[in-house]
This record gives sequence, C-alpha cells and structure tokens, in this order.
Amino acid sequence: MIPFFQTIDAAAALPEIALAVLAMVLLMEGVFSSRVTSAAIRWAAVAAFAVVAGMIIWKTGQGRVYAFEDAFVVDDFARFMKVLTLMGAAITLIMSGRYLLRTKMDSEEYPVLIMLATVGMLLMISANDLISLYVGLELQSLALYVVAAINRDSAKSSEAGLKYFVLGALSSGMLLYGASLVYGLTGHTQFSEIAKALSLTGSSLGIIFGLVFIIAGLAFKVSAVPFHMWTPDVYEGAPTPVTAFFAAAPKIAAIALFTRVMVGPFANVLHDWQQIVVVISIASMALGSFAAIGQSNIKRLLAYSSIGNIGFALVGLAAGTVEGVQGVLVYMLIYLVMTLGVFACVLAMRRKGVYLETISDLAGLGRTNKGHAFMLAMLMFSLAGIPPLAGFFAKLFVFLAAVKAGLWVLAIFGVVVSVVGAFYYLRIIKIMYFDEPAEAFDAMDGEVQWVVYLSGAFVLLFGLFANPLLEIAINAAKSLF
Amino acid sequence: MQNWPLLSVVTFLPLAGVAFILLARGDDAAAARYARWAALWTTIITFLVSLLILKNFVSGQAGYQLIEDHPWLGSVAGYRMGVDGISMPFVILTTFLMPICIAASWFIKLRVREYMIAFLVLETLMVGVFCATDIMLFYVFFEAGLIPMFLIIGIWGGPRRVYASFKFFLYTLLGSVLMLLAIIAMYWHAGTTDIVALSAKGAFPPAMQFWLWLAFFASFAVKMPMWPVHTWLPDAHVEAPTAGSVILAAILLKMGGYGFLRFSLPMFPDASHYFQPLIYTLSVVAIIYTSLVALMQEDMKKLIAYSSVAHMGFVTMGIFSFTRQGIDGALFQMVSHGLISGALFLCVGVIYDRMHTREISAYGGLVARMPLYAAIFMLFTMANVGLPGTSGFVGEFLSLLGTFQNNTTAAFFATVGVILSACYALWLYRRVMLGALLKPALMHMVDVTPRELAMLGPLVVLTVFFGIYPSPLLEIFGTPVEAILNLLR
Repeated sequence: MIPFFQTIDAAAALPEIALAVLAMVLLMEGVFSSRVTSAAIRWAAVAAFAVVAGMIIWKTGQGRVYAFEDAFVVDDFARFMKVLTLMGAAITLIMSGRYLLRTKMDSEEYPVLIMLATVGMLLMISANDLISLYVGLELQSLALYVVAAINRDSAKSSEAGLKYFVLGALSSGMLLYGASLVYGLTGHTQFSEIAKALSLTGSSLGIIFGLVFIIAGLAFKVSAVPFHMWTPDVYEGAPTPVTAFFAAAPKIAAIALFTRVMVGPFANVLHDWQQIVVVISIASMALGSFAAIGQSNIKRLLAYSSIGNIGFALVGLAAGTVEGVQGVLVYMLIYLVMTLGVFACVLAMRRKGVYLETISDLAGLGRTNKGHAFMLAMLMFSLAGIPPLAGFFAKLFVFLAAVKAGLWVLAIFGVVVSVVGAFYYLRIIKIMYFDEPAEAFDAMDGEVQWVVYLSGAFVLLFGLFANPLLEIAINAAKSLF
Repeated sequence: MQNWPLLSVVTFLPLAGVAFILLARGDDAAAARYARWAALWTTIITFLVSLLILKNFVSGQAGYQLIEDHPWLGSVAGYRMGVDGISMPFVILTTFLMPICIAASWFIKLRVREYMIAFLVLETLMVGVFCATDIMLFYVFFEAGLIPMFLIIGIWGGPRRVYASFKFFLYTLLGSVLMLLAIIAMYWHAGTTDIVALSAKGAFPPAMQFWLWLAFFASFAVKMPMWPVHTWLPDAHVEAPTAGSVILAAILLKMGGYGFLRFSLPMFPDASHYFQPLIYTLSVVAIIYTSLVALMQEDMKKLIAYSSVAHMGFVTMGIFSFTRQGIDGALFQMVSHGLISGALFLCVGVIYDRMHTREISAYGGLVARMPLYAAIFMLFTMANVGLPGTSGFVGEFLSLLGTFQNNTTAAFFATVGVILSACYALWLYRRVMLGALLKPALMHMVDVTPRELAMLGPLVVLTVFFGIYPSPLLEIFGTPVEAILNLLR
C-alpha cells in the first residue's frame, strides 16, 4: 500500500487520507447499517483521531516532508499544530456525547462532519500552496456551517449556521481575491516560489492589496477584530458542544495557517503585514476585554474571551520571529486546554436535566460543588494570566517576542488590556465564591468531569513541567524559518 | 543538614499542610476542627524549620546564602533561591506571624477548610517572594499572592468585600504588569534573569534605567502603597478578616519596600538618583496627608490603615536617602511595622470579636473592664507613635537621620508627621480605652483570653526587645546595605 502512495507522491499526506477514508466509511456505516448506534460512531471517530495523531507523530518521517508536488508540507510546526487540532476535536467529541443524547440531537452525521472538518483543518495546517490553502479552508468551513446548524429545530441554531455561512462565504471570497492578486503579481501559487519572487521584487501596491485581502479572509477564520462579528452569535446560537469545538480546533488550524502564510511566502514584506497584524491584535484584545464585561450568557462571554485570546496569540505572530512563532505555539496549546476545560465546566451546568447558560446560574458554586468551582476558578485565573497558572506563561512568551521585536506599543497595550480582561474573569469567580448559593447542579457526567479535572491540573501544574513543552515548541517554530 | 534545600523546604512546607487538609474526611465540624489544627501545626513547624535558616545564616557574609539553582524555563527563568541580610528577616517575620494569624482565625465559622488552605498557600507565596533570587521567579510568587488574598478578602470579608477585593486585585495587577514588561526588557538586554547578574554595576544604560525604574515603581508604589495610589489599602483593610489585615499590613506591604531595595536601587542607580525628589515629595505628602486623614476616621481599622500608609512614607524616604542610616532605618521600620501594625490589627480583632463593630464611637472606657488589654494596646499605640524604647522609634529615627543628611526640608515635614501620628494614635486610645464606661453593651466585656494573650505576647516581647536592643537586626542588614550603597556611588 505504502509504495503506491509514494509513487503518487502522497506518503506525507497519508494520515489525512486515512482520516478522510475513515470518515466516509463511518458515514456509510451510519446510513446503511441499522445496528450501529450514533454513540459507536462517535467513539469510532475519537479512535480515528487518536490513530491519525499517532500516524502524524511517528509515521510522517523526520523534518520537512512534501507531498503532491510541494503543495502539501509536513514539518514540526505542522505536526505540533495538527496534534493540537486532533486533540481538540477528539476531546470535544468525547465531551459532547451525553449532551447530544439528552437534547436529542444525537445523529450519525455529527461525528462524521466533525471528522471532515478536521481533515480540512489538517490540510490547512499543511498547506504550502494558495490552492491547497483554499481547498483545506473550504472543506473545513463547509462542514462547520452544517455543524453550527445541527440543531435543526432551534431558530437560534439555524440563524447561527446561516450567519456563519453568509459571512464565511464573503470572507472566502476576499481570501480568494487576495490570492489571485498575489498569483497575478508573482506568477506563482506555491509559498516558497512566492517568497522567492517577493525577495526579488519587494513590496508593491498590488502585493499589499493582495495581502490585505488574504489577511481579511484569515482574520475572519480566527475571528479577529474587525472580522469577529459572527463569533458571539454563532457561539451563543450553536449547541454547547459545537461551540466548544468551534472555540478549540478550528482556531488552532486557522492560527497555524495564518502564521505559515505570514512568515512563509510573505516573510520579505514583514513590515507591510506587521502593521496590519499589530492593529488587528490590539483591536481584538481591546474588544475581547471590554465587550465581555457586559455579557450575561456564558457562551457569549467566552466568545469575546476567545476573540481576546486570539488577539494575544497574534501578539506573537506580529513579532514575526522564531520567538514569536514559539509564543504562538505555546499560546495555542494553553489556549486549547483552557478552552476545553472551561467548556467542560459549561457542559456541567445542568440543573434537573436542563442545560443552563447564564452566568448567574453559577452563583455559590463554591459551596454547592467545590471541585467544579475550584477548577473553573483556576481556569479563570489562568485566562486572566495570573501566575503560576498556565495562562501566565502563554502571555509571557508572546510578550517576550513582542518586546524583543521592539513592538512596545503593542506590548504595553496588551498588558494593560489584560488587566481589563481580568475584571470579567474575576466576576465569574466572584459569582461562584462570594455570592449566595443557588440550587446545586446535577452530578457531572464522567467524561466531562475528566476533562474538567485534567485541564485544571494542567493549568495548575504547567509551570512545573513547562520545559519539555517549550523545547518542542521552539523546535516546531524553527522549522518554519 | 547543609545540603538540604532549606529555603525550598520552608517555602513549600505549607503546601504539605494543604494536602493534609484536603485529605481529611468526615462531617463539616470534624473537617473544620481538623483543618484548624493542621494549619496551626503546619505553620508552627514551618516557623521552627525557618529558624534553621537563622541558624545557618552567616551574618556579615557578602552575597546570597543557602543558594539553590535549578534550570526551570530554559533561559527565561531559573529556579534560583537564596537569602541575604535583607530578605532573611522578612522570611522569619512571615513564618513567625503565620501561626499567630491562624490562632487569630480560630473562631472563623464560614468555610474553615478553604480559609486555612488560602492562608497556607499565601504563606508559600510570601516566603517565595523573599527567597527568590531570580527576577522571573520573584514575579511569579509576587503576582500569585493576589489569588489567595483576593479570595480571603472576598469570601471572608465585611459588607463591602466584593468592591474591596476587586479594587485590591486590579490595582495591584495593573501596577505589576508593567513591571513584567520591564523584566522582559531586562532579560533581552542582559540575557539572564538572575538577580545577582542583573545587579552588577552598569548592567543597564541610564536611558534604559529611566523607563525600567518607572515600570518597577508602578508596581512597588501600588504595593507599598504610596500616595496617591494608596486608596485600595483602607478598603482592603476594613473589609478583610482580622488575619487578612495582619498579613496585608505586616507582609504584603513590605514587598514594595523590599522590591525598591532589591531591584530599583541596585539595578537602576542612576534613575534612582534622578527620581529621588519625586520619592521625597510623595513620601512627605503621604506622611502628612494620610496622618491628617487618619485623624478623621471613625473606623479603627481604617485609622490603622492610613497610619500604615504614613509609616510606609518613612520607609520610602529612608530607602531613597541613599545613606546607611536611612536604609537601615527603612528596613528596621519595615520589620517593626510588621510587628506593630500586625499587633494593632489583632487588638482591633479582639474587641471586634466581642462587639462586632469597629466604630470608634461604639467604645469608651474599656480600661475599666479590660485592664490587661488596655496595657497591651497602650504599648502598641506608643510603638506606633515611635516612643523610645519600642522598635517603632528606632526605625523612624534612623530613617529621619538618613533623610536629614541630604534634604532637611523633607526631613522637617516628615518630623511634623511624627507629631501628627501621636495625635491620631493617642486620640484613638483615649476614645476607645479611657473615659467613663457608659455604654451598656460594654459592661460585660471580658479581658483577653489565653488564646489572645498567646497571640499578642510574642509581639509584645519582640517590639520591646528590638526597641531596647536593635543591633542584632542592624548587624544582619549591614553587609547587603553596604553592597547596595556601593552600587549607588
């Protein structure tokens, strides 16, 4: 089997191919076999993610490997981000099982769609060509549009899906327009060729136009300001497990793609894109912090929180250096764990079988459910960036890069805004610990409990075990340069 | 014994107590009792172990002692611990006050387990601040202390606890994040986060020092707290439970002065000289203004809080006098204020536990019912004023002596502040203790219990001891203070 893939130059893409095939097999199973339950398909999907992650780590060779005539690249950066993406997808699937069963949204298509979206994400991370970039992005987006509207009977969920689709299509259009401009001016679609062409010609007005459109499309995917408008509505409208998935895996893939495109083909026009990234980073951090203050729905609050977090991750990207990319990688790793933990906590907000989403429902959780409250409090302090929790180290490494690159305005603005952000994270802790208790929540589901405690332990103990992870991140970052 | 990582043991020993408390099972009352005793024993053992630091410490030896050095975050931060003559007294002060704080919280009813855990975690972080000789590690301990203190004020505090806890947290955080950027800049400039290397002569060019100094100033001025960023302190003090106030006044405020001495002076000497007038101005304003504000307070804790701000004014003034006497005095004042203000908050706690009010006007003539309490309160009031024979005198006198050498105007105004401090402290004493016992609610007040005496007794002894015989402490300060002065010349 392997030699066949080598002859068509696809060995490096074997994990993605396997995942796509498995997704289709599971789709067929779900449709045609009456004995297979949706839970079985869900667990099969989780197993598929685990296998593919193993293949990516151990079976894609060493260093940089290409496939499909260099349209597809696997390097340490891609491996790191792909494993994170798969982790995010697998864990959100594990967490969502009981929720979907209870709310009668459980269907065979859901895990399959998540798998297909994940294939798209893996392609995005490995994209080394404007065409493969676009194909991966669209595969991911189309699956996500459907997933957002998975709760067909809910007007809110359908609205979320529709909004996401219309705005997503617009952003894809912009990205494509930018890509065609870049192709027209450089004559290449492949990243390394574009970089070569740009090193000869340097920046020009046309290139800047193309760049702006590409960044606009990518900023939409990572939901950075000013292309963030869809995020709060989609987060609030979509069912909670879907929101958790949206906040985790696609963000990782989109940031990975953003980083690769910026420091790869456009490395020579750093000064052109750096200003843009600085501005959207500042805007995202500010909006994420200020707009979250007034929210009463926790999913909406987390939407603004994720906008802010992406702003912080972009601080690392704005530096455009090895340290910056390392900062992005560390940030996304910690962001992923924190996001999964927080959404697991949201999934545990259930009283008499009804899922709750209002922040005031958490009142007095510190007394009614100590473990849940403590872990959520630690995750909140971590999101606020207080040491010795993981979130502090995430911010530390992006600011290290920003200061080294001399981006003082960005760094000062970032740390000051993080204090504003701390306010609304503290507010959740205040509601849990300082307020009078409301009725207790139902007992946590086993899977959700695991995710809550593991992510809580991760943010608490990250400082102790940071060094090996930092080593991996710096090696992954170096592979881009 | 010599090979033990003694500082790490002292730092992390309280966490063992946390583990014990978490492992305890049983109904709420049993768990609460267990938590109290576990916390008390943990803090006592930690104190006893910390005395080994004192035993192994060689006074007069230059540089850090009991050094530990392990790799941590690559080159960005190392796990470096060590103590010198400046930090060692604060480590002992912290471990010494902790059992007293636990004893002061003996009758807390609400969520006892969480309370004790918060205090033990706080102890680890406070000791860590004073032991860290890596600037990034220092920052981690320094900032992390916000988490338990935020919860202590917010959960166990008074009626306006939410406001006070948020104000405390956000104020301090805003100051500190700028310091973090400065630390990052220093790391890229010097390539290390080791405090010893960063304190080398000429480590930073003067232009850079200017900005770095301001960033560190933002953090330490809030922590200290200096006028005009002191407003979080009265709120936090009033709302915090007694033990929380003690820790806040005795240890957390000292981190500001400690930071100035550990970082601002040795690392940015040029900038420190440049900003000396600013510090003098702010200190004088703090001493006079907050003393006047203290005169007008109706709430005992608020009065002591404002008096803390005034006393910290003497500390900043002494530190920035750049003289041996001034810095010695500032350090001495910090230790002595740790004992005295802690004791004063405990004294307020004693009558608060009986009457559940801190309004000065609710009291009067207590001396008739509580003679022993009146005597102890008298001593600490006098120590707060700076009466000779108490440790308060030595600190204030030395820092004024240092200031006189280079700015008589500032020293003159600061001396006026001493008179004002006598006004508010003695007036407080008169209104609470003296006069006729008229209020019926006070008729059944009982004098200090053995538990309260056990808490206050050691503080009485140390306050008088250091007042009469200050030289052991001054000897310990000597070598590192000389080293700082050498860098400043």
